[in-house]
Amino acid sequence: MSQDDIFEKVKKIVAEQLGVDEAEVKPEASFANDLGADSLDTVELVMALEEEFDIEIPDEAAEGIGTVQAAVDFIKEKAAA
Amino acid sequence: MLDLTGKHALVTGIANNRSIAWGIAQQLHAAGADIGVTYLPDQRGRMEKKVRELTEPLSPSLFLPCNVQDEGQVRATFAAVQEKWGRLDVLIHCLAFAKRDDLTGDFSETSRDGFQTALDISAYSLVRLAQAAKSLMTEGGSMITLTYLGGARVVPNYNVMGIAKAALEMNVRYLAAELGPQKIRVNGISAGPIRTLASSAVGGILDMIHHVEEVAPLRRTVTQVEVGNAAAFLASDLASGITGQILYVDAGYEIMGM
Repeated sequence: MSQDDIFEKVKKIVAEQLGVDEAEVKPEASFANDLGADSLDTVELVMALEEEFDIEIPDEAAEGIGTVQAAVDFIKEKAAA
Repeated sequence: MLDLTGKHALVTGIANNRSIAWGIAQQLHAAGADIGVTYLPDQRGRMEKKVRELTEPLSPSLFLPCNVQDEGQVRATFAAVQEKWGRLDVLIHCLAFAKRDDLTGDFSETSRDGFQTALDISAYSLVRLAQAAKSLMTEGGSMITLTYLGGARVVPNYNVMGIAKAALEMNVRYLAAELGPQKIRVNGISAGPIRTLASSAVGGILDMIHHVEEVAPLRRTVTQVEVGNAAAFLASDLASGITGQILYVDAGYEIMGM
């Protein structure tokens, strides 16, 4: 899966989970600061991404994923492995 | 054989499509039960919206906010059950909470406040709901709660929730003994680890699941629907001789010594 494909899917899931417009889900957007995610949202988002991409995102990794781009990078690396 | 037609079942604890309570609600509905749903209200009303959309296919005949720490909401919930159904047949209790800090690290560091909160929401809530439900179970009934092995054995990081589950399992026995003469059965299901909104707060939940997948006789953990099937059985007349029990639905993990 290309970086762009992953981004498009992530964008869709983020918009759906956080109830924001897809246009707001830019690569540099921070889940907490720009997209209004609280801690429960973050957990749900992580689980939704795990399901979509069939990967596991351990807590330690999830803590380091602050932005949309960071999520895309993590998924790209995991999916390639 | 398994037929819940005409039974009124109140299901607590649905938060999203991964909730064990959702697996239970679906299977009770599939067996013909009339479903009532309670959800934990939040200020923005998002939980209500999410749970409403999720449960719509089951056409719940009751849909109510019920924070078990809010007396008014508990009373209103059972008043609504009385009003709508006139009686209750099945109560599903799938509620637990502990502070995230208390679900990792050293158990001896648990705070008094964290201990009280975990025990109140995760164990006392069954007593409170049973208190309200017993008089509505006029034709007998089945109360089912969800527990976990961490309430009987030590599971790393489960910590204060293990103590809460131990209390919950003992609640099951005391309630079963008291309510048996009224033909109300009370049982618990001890489910294998499942990735849910609640379990994600437990430190190392993925490691717990992987361990079970390696060691459990069935070499996997269980699904929400499998727990739902067990709950449908316990709710039904097929389980009419079973009360006060903890049923392990865990791919057999509980029997293993190593």
